[in-house]
Amino acid sequence: MKEKYGNLFDMYAKITGENPYEVPMRIYPAVHYTMGGLWVDYELQTTVPGLYALGEANFSDHGANRLGASALMQGLADGYFVIPYTLGNNLADEIYNAPIPTSHPAFEAAEKAVAERIATLKNINGKQTVESFHKRLGKIIWNECGMSRTAAGLKQAIADVQALKKEFWSDVRIPGEINEYNPELDKANRVADFIELGELMCVDALAREESCGGHFREEYQTPEGEALRDDKNFMYVAAWELKNDHEWTLHKEELKYEVIQPSQRNYK
Amino acid sequence: MSHTTMNLNLKVWRQKNTKTAGAFEMYRVENISDEMSFLEMMDILNEQLITTGGEPVAFDHDCREGICGMCSMYINGKPHGPWQANTTCQLHMRAFKDNDTIVIEPWRANAFPVIKDLTVDRSAFDRIIQAGGYVSVNTGNAVDGNSLPIEKAKADEAFAAAMCIGCGACVAACKNSSAMLFLSAKVSHLALLPQGDPERKTRVTNMVAQLDKEGFGACTNTGACEAACPKEISIANIARLNKEYIVAGLTSE
Ligand SMILES: Cc1cc2nc3c(=O)[nH]c(=O)nc-3n(C[C@H](O)[C@H](O)[C@H](O)COP(=O)(O)OP(=O)(O)OC[C@H]3O[C@@H](n4cnc5c(N)ncnc54)[C@H](O)[C@@H]3O)c2cc1C
Ligand code: SF4
Ligand code: FES
Repeated sequence: MKEKYGNLFDMYAKITGENPYEVPMRIYPAVHYTMGGLWVDYELQTTVPGLYALGEANFSDHGANRLGASALMQGLADGYFVIPYTLGNNLADEIYNAPIPTSHPAFEAAEKAVAERIATLKNINGKQTVESFHKRLGKIIWNECGMSRTAAGLKQAIADVQALKKEFWSDVRIPGEINEYNPELDKANRVADFIELGELMCVDALAREESCGGHFREEYQTPEGEALRDDKNFMYVAAWELKNDHEWTLHKEELKYEVIQPSQRNYK
Repeated sequence: MSHTTMNLNLKVWRQKNTKTAGAFEMYRVENISDEMSFLEMMDILNEQLITTGGEPVAFDHDCREGICGMCSMYINGKPHGPWQANTTCQLHMRAFKDNDTIVIEPWRANAFPVIKDLTVDRSAFDRIIQAGGYVSVNTGNAVDGNSLPIEKAKADEAFAAAMCIGCGACVAACKNSSAMLFLSAKVSHLALLPQGDPERKTRVTNMVAQLDKEGFGACTNTGACEAACPKEISIANIARLNKEYIVAGLTSE
């Protein structure tokens, strides 16, 4: 045991103050992967031409669940085996184009949008810390969009996240300056994104009225408590498009299985 | 398990940026649970500072599970604090008692300039890795793992060296700010494996050259690095590094 798991056991002892060789270990689940991600085509290109997404950031390689160890494999597969062969297709058309100057209108628009967002965040000058918003968001998502979900819980979570978003954009406090090393500003930008992503996760979980993979809706289970799939109605990938604030549009991408048929995973 | 809480005095190094001189500031945090990690305690200090109109203490952190090497700070005069073979993020508050005064400082080394407060610039390490801490292999069909047998003792040694998380505690602990323990770990884990063979000589030569450029001090075999290292990297690796370096120099074309 020591040979194989010694480092884990040492870590555990430091965290808990208990000796795991003698006292039974206390184990708790924690998030370590975000299923789904940016939509990409088979060449890993996103809906923005020339912008590619690899690894955990894209939705492409796993199904409704991400099985053990396949996250790192996804990064390796995307990086070693896909992108070296697909990026060239984009570069082939670009090769005769002169370097795009930063005076390009698209660049200027993007830079302006980012600068405005940062200035808006900084100027809110409210009372609550970024960390406190992050914690509250985490609690909402953990409770209602975690290991098991219900329609009622998800609806409540969507309302809660939307309310939190309003509060964030009117009462967050970011100390320090914009043009200096400022971890709080950095984190505020991330938490603003997490709020948006958190809402989308709840919207998606509410729309998928079945249980499959990592998505367990309490309403949809077999008498033994296993995930109850609904392949007739949900055999698709849900690609969501954000039109305006809170306005999500669903694009369904049909899933076709020819060789292997998906089935319920039985843990017994 | 019984839980206790404590009140603490924190003496923290504050420095606005690389160019401005820094100084210690005193802070008090209360009701700190002994089950908290050291960084959770720092989070509480920062929450307290922000809500009372102050500036939070900038410090580096990422994984908070002892594997990334970001959480660099001196705690009571020791890199990563009082526990042996441990990172700051894995240090827990049960290491302290009520009313303790804890002194918290950034890494001190010319090659690691302070960016702000406790955050230092450790990109010198990245440049050393870029100079040779990799293997170049063509991908394509992966070789079957079993076709490259490696004896267990060697695999274990390579693994022990590969444990280095690049935290920089060895540099911070050294009176010469030498980065030899770090470099020796990076050279060793590749030198011990067949995958590292093709670039063996150029690797060690280029990495040592980069190390010298970055302004780290020389090694005088004091061993403070080994004592501070959270991953217990052995100074035997430094001997291997020296051997690799000499052999590369003697046999280069
Ligand atoms: C605790 C834990 C345990 C895990 N265990 C396993 C395991 O045992 N096996 C397994 O297969 N997988 C595991 N995973 C999952 C796996 O580690 C991740 O899915 C994988 O590392 C993701 O790699 P990536 O390169 O796609 O993304 P990341 O490693 O997340 O890299 C994204 C990078 O983008 C940077 N970035 C973000 N925003 C910006 C920005 N605006 N500008 C510039 N840079 C930016 C980030 O700093 C980061 O460096 C685990 C994950 C966790 C959290
Ligand atoms: S040798 Fe040890 S102390 Fe030095 S960088 Fe690596 S892990 Fe950190
Ligand atoms: S935060 Fe990653 S090792 Fe401490």
